[in-house]
Amino acid sequence: MTVRHPLLLPMLVALLLLGAVGSLALGVVPLSPARILAVLTGHGDETARAILLDLRLPRMVLGIAVGGMLGLAGASLQGYLRNPLAEPSVLGASNAAALGAVAALYFGLSQLHPVVLPLLAILAALVALGVLFLLAGPAESPLTLILAGIAVATLAGAGISLALNLSPNPFAAMEIMTWLMGSLENRSMAHVLVAMPCVAAGAALLLADGRTLDALTLGEDGAQALGIDLGGARLRLMLGVAIGVGGAVAVSGAIGFVGLIVPHLVRPLTDRSPSAILLPSLLGGAALLTFADIAVRLIPTSSELKLGVLTAILGVPVFLVHLMRERRLW
Amino acid sequence: MVTIATEGLEVRLGRHAAVRGVDVTLEPGRLVGIIGPNGAGKSSLIRAMLGLIRADAGRVLIDGKEGMDRREIARRIAYLPQGQTLHWPLAVERLVALGRLPHLGPLSRLRGEDEAAIEAAMVRADVLSLKDRVATELSGGERARVLLARALAVGAPALIADEPLAALDPGHQIDVMALLQAEAQAGSLVVTVLHDLAMAARWCDRLLLMEEGRLVVDGAPRDVLTADNLARVYGIAARIDLEGDWPLVLPVGRLEN
Repeated sequence: MTVRHPLLLPMLVALLLLGAVGSLALGVVPLSPARILAVLTGHGDETARAILLDLRLPRMVLGIAVGGMLGLAGASLQGYLRNPLAEPSVLGASNAAALGAVAALYFGLSQLHPVVLPLLAILAALVALGVLFLLAGPAESPLTLILAGIAVATLAGAGISLALNLSPNPFAAMEIMTWLMGSLENRSMAHVLVAMPCVAAGAALLLADGRTLDALTLGEDGAQALGIDLGGARLRLMLGVAIGVGGAVAVSGAIGFVGLIVPHLVRPLTDRSPSAILLPSLLGGAALLTFADIAVRLIPTSSELKLGVLTAILGVPVFLVHLMRERRLW
Repeated sequence: MVTIATEGLEVRLGRHAAVRGVDVTLEPGRLVGIIGPNGAGKSSLIRAMLGLIRADAGRVLIDGKEGMDRREIARRIAYLPQGQTLHWPLAVERLVALGRLPHLGPLSRLRGEDEAAIEAAMVRADVLSLKDRVATELSGGERARVLLARALAVGAPALIADEPLAALDPGHQIDVMALLQAEAQAGSLVVTVLHDLAMAARWCDRLLLMEEGRLVVDGAPRDVLTADNLARVYGIAARIDLEGDWPLVLPVGRLEN
């Protein structure tokens, strides 16, 4: 019984490695391979070191972490909610994290230290998780969870609108808007240190439950009668999404469509069971975001294109073409 | 071999008392049918037996033990839920393989014995030829057999099936009942909720007739399916023929009260 196409994982790993190398090698300032190699071996010139280690390296690591987390969270949620339209933001974690970040910008706290903004964003995602528990904790149906998630997301969205509405001057509003569009520009190793533990914990929680997602193909009763502890699985899913996606959004801003389309793109190369797409979605999301981040650096626009804007622009047509081809299955 | 027993079992769904004081012992090697009108508490009774819903009073004993954990129950009793909804377009073989979940550790893979159980279950339910098809694209009859194979793949000594005949044509209904009977004759305890009284009369060794959450009659089909009982519980008139090898029951009309 083959669960995935035998070449799927190797291909995605190769793609990801290619993206990672490209992310280090390509940028606005051209660096020759010799200079890059010199830095990597420990003796490069000052400028090359700064560009590579302080600018491109954190950007590459964050691209992989954020993209992987979004892809994995999308795959997990589609499996758990048994809904192909589910994406990482359905539980409200992204909006809540965005609200935390917006609050940091609005009250000027983000100027105290670069880490204040992502920390506040993660804190807000955890608060949202608490609210989600209160609303949907004990209930069993996935629908309750979706409704509670929509409530949390809408409330956080309203908070963001309020901050924009009350922002003291157009520049403050502009700053918030720019952050909301999603980007990996000017991120430092401090951001990596904030995001990585969250993403790692979130990914570990989500990867553990592949079997549960498969069993849910038979519905809640069917899964429980197979010995699955749905309550525990639901808890891990909520925690994993809130911590992981919260941590990712905290450093990148809202990046749409990756979590929605990546599971759909890898699914035809698997046996379509929810567990089979978890790892490919993580790798695929990481690769996709890394390449998208290279693209925004290379596309010559007056101000750098925002990553979230590019993923949405590219994501929609890809998704539509894909759905047209695959729709007979839904 | 598994014996399932309930003692004074009561189940409330919200404010509604779905099961009221059921005492029953189900022994291995029998095909037991649970019949009764809609809302009589048939599904609630079996879901309580499986530990899927909590008993509000009384006890469920599996092999004499109370409060078994979910995985232990899953290895002893396979469950075929009502309806045929599949939430993902899985290949048949993958779907049947889900039946092995109660035997697998969190990260372990399918071993030889699992593969053997999966194949044996597909052979018994006659779906081996469908193994590479996508389960959501099968016809109703094929899908019912595949889901049955999924339940058989658990390899549990007991099987509980909730309305396995719904939406099946007579030929497929007979296939499913014959399969359940074969399981029982091989030593399993097979419990099935049925609406078709003729099928219940034809295939079951024992019938439990439920009404408003109570177990009102319990016995061999020819003792349970009497004109009196059918009139009282279902409010129907039926033509009943006890001459042949098994009772024939044909509901013919509604009684005025």
